[in-house]
Amino acid sequence: MSAIWEQYSALIVIGVVMGGVLTAVAYLVLLERWISAWMQDRIGPNRVGPMGLLQPLADGIKMFLKEDIVPEHVDRVFYFLAPGVAAATALLAIAVVPFGATVPLPAPLADLAAYNQAWQLYHQQVATDRCVIAPGIDIGFLFTFAVTSLAVYGIILGGWSSNNKYSMIGALRSSAQLISYEIPLGLAALSVVLVAGSLNLETIVGDQVAHGWNIWTQPLAFLLFLIGAFAECNRLPFDLPEAEQELVGGYHTEYSSMKFGLFFLGEYTHMITTSLMVSVLFLGGWDLPGVTGGTGWLAWGLKLAVLMAKLGFFILLYMVIRWTIPRFRFDQLMHLAWKLMIPLATANVMMVAVVREFGWSRWAMLAGSAGLVAVWAVFEVINGNRAINMPVRNKVGREPVGV
Amino acid sequence: MTTLVGYILLFTGIGVGFVFANLTLGKLLRPAKMDAEKGTIYECGEPTIGSAWIQFDLRFYVVALLFVIFDVEMAFFFPWAVVFGQNVAAADAGNTAAQTLAWVAFGDILFFFGVLLVGFAYLWRRGDLDWVRSLAAQSTPKASN
Repeated sequence: MSAIWEQYSALIVIGVVMGGVLTAVAYLVLLERWISAWMQDRIGPNRVGPMGLLQPLADGIKMFLKEDIVPEHVDRVFYFLAPGVAAATALLAIAVVPFGATVPLPAPLADLAAYNQAWQLYHQQVATDRCVIAPGIDIGFLFTFAVTSLAVYGIILGGWSSNNKYSMIGALRSSAQLISYEIPLGLAALSVVLVAGSLNLETIVGDQVAHGWNIWTQPLAFLLFLIGAFAECNRLPFDLPEAEQELVGGYHTEYSSMKFGLFFLGEYTHMITTSLMVSVLFLGGWDLPGVTGGTGWLAWGLKLAVLMAKLGFFILLYMVIRWTIPRFRFDQLMHLAWKLMIPLATANVMMVAVVREFGWSRWAMLAGSAGLVAVWAVFEVINGNRAINMPVRNKVGREPVGV
Repeated sequence: MTTLVGYILLFTGIGVGFVFANLTLGKLLRPAKMDAEKGTIYECGEPTIGSAWIQFDLRFYVVALLFVIFDVEMAFFFPWAVVFGQNVAAADAGNTAAQTLAWVAFGDILFFFGVLLVGFAYLWRRGDLDWVRSLAAQSTPKASN
């Protein structure tokens, strides 16, 4: 009975997730416009429906009804493929991310009979606490990581195939940025994987339920992951790919109608996925003292609400930061990724491995994080903070031809 | 694990169907009045000069190369992290065989990291990680004339 239900519930969960994410994306756009208006002391959208609540619907209909212009000199195959890739990879990444109460996988046991029994119990529990599309997938985080890194194809194909200089520059910047920030992002998540001993996100949550949230013991990894997530989403301090003051729209300059809509959908879905990932990897997912122990439908709903609250917090953070911090210059962007975040993330992984190997308390990682930040600060002071100042170019006799 | 693959495939199928439906359904509703002006490339109203498919800056290529190195490294780290984490947990529970394996894994990764860091230091020193490069460093001393 439970096995059959497990399979039918997959369809229901997929339906709920797709519907939920798409609705959320539509309303996130409205929320973002409200927050922008609030931060700039404007009124914001308030005309369509009560308080402007029907604005997303109007936007959606407009996407459908606008003329779909395909310029003459584009590479047609890639031009049509790009928005699909952008939206599909963003949606697919959600397949393994838990969005509510979940059950951790049974830990490996020496006794086979007990292990089988643990799995049986697990399947029974999954039938009710089923808040992930593909429950119990071993490669969990690796899957999300692999699929989200495919998103760069959507951008580079879109930018290149448009045959537009703005698109091309945007796509080049974007691909360089995405691949640079993927490394610290992965390394920061790796330190969490090291502690939990599993890539499975439900198990990582279970580990945090038992031992406390990772943000307290690994604040450095959390910060690195958060910054990497901002860069992966092309959100504001990192929005060079679509810097509207210099590149019109960046890689989607030549897109209109629903194709543009799919790029937009992909971007906002990416925000939801990364916020969920941060909550699951570092903030204990659905865990909250007082809610965790409960069983039954009420507790299930509460756990869902707790995770949604964490998700909402990070989404709000995305939007508030957008209007708070100015954009990086490209050399600062590259400096931050390659000369700061990658060395720090690598050292952080090593630090966590050492703490684990010698069997020290998890709080040793907090001291280790603080130590690494201190070392970096000293290094930066000695180096005279070259990241902020533009390096001086020495003149070579005369300027090279063509400058 | 076939059911798991089934879930992912099902979700992929629905996702692809959704994207396809979105792209095609609107065709029945939206206007299609193409003309020559709309078909031109948008570059702020200026006439387009040349194609955008030109050679791009070599530095992007260097970044891509560096990325490949570090991403391959990470592909090695993920399975290692799982095995190491599980063995440390088992060693904490008193399994001596797991403890030996954890030490071997730890030594392996220290060596691997060492090799990697030497490479990273070399790249840093060589200036491959700099985005703004000094022209003076690249220019060869000219014969006096």
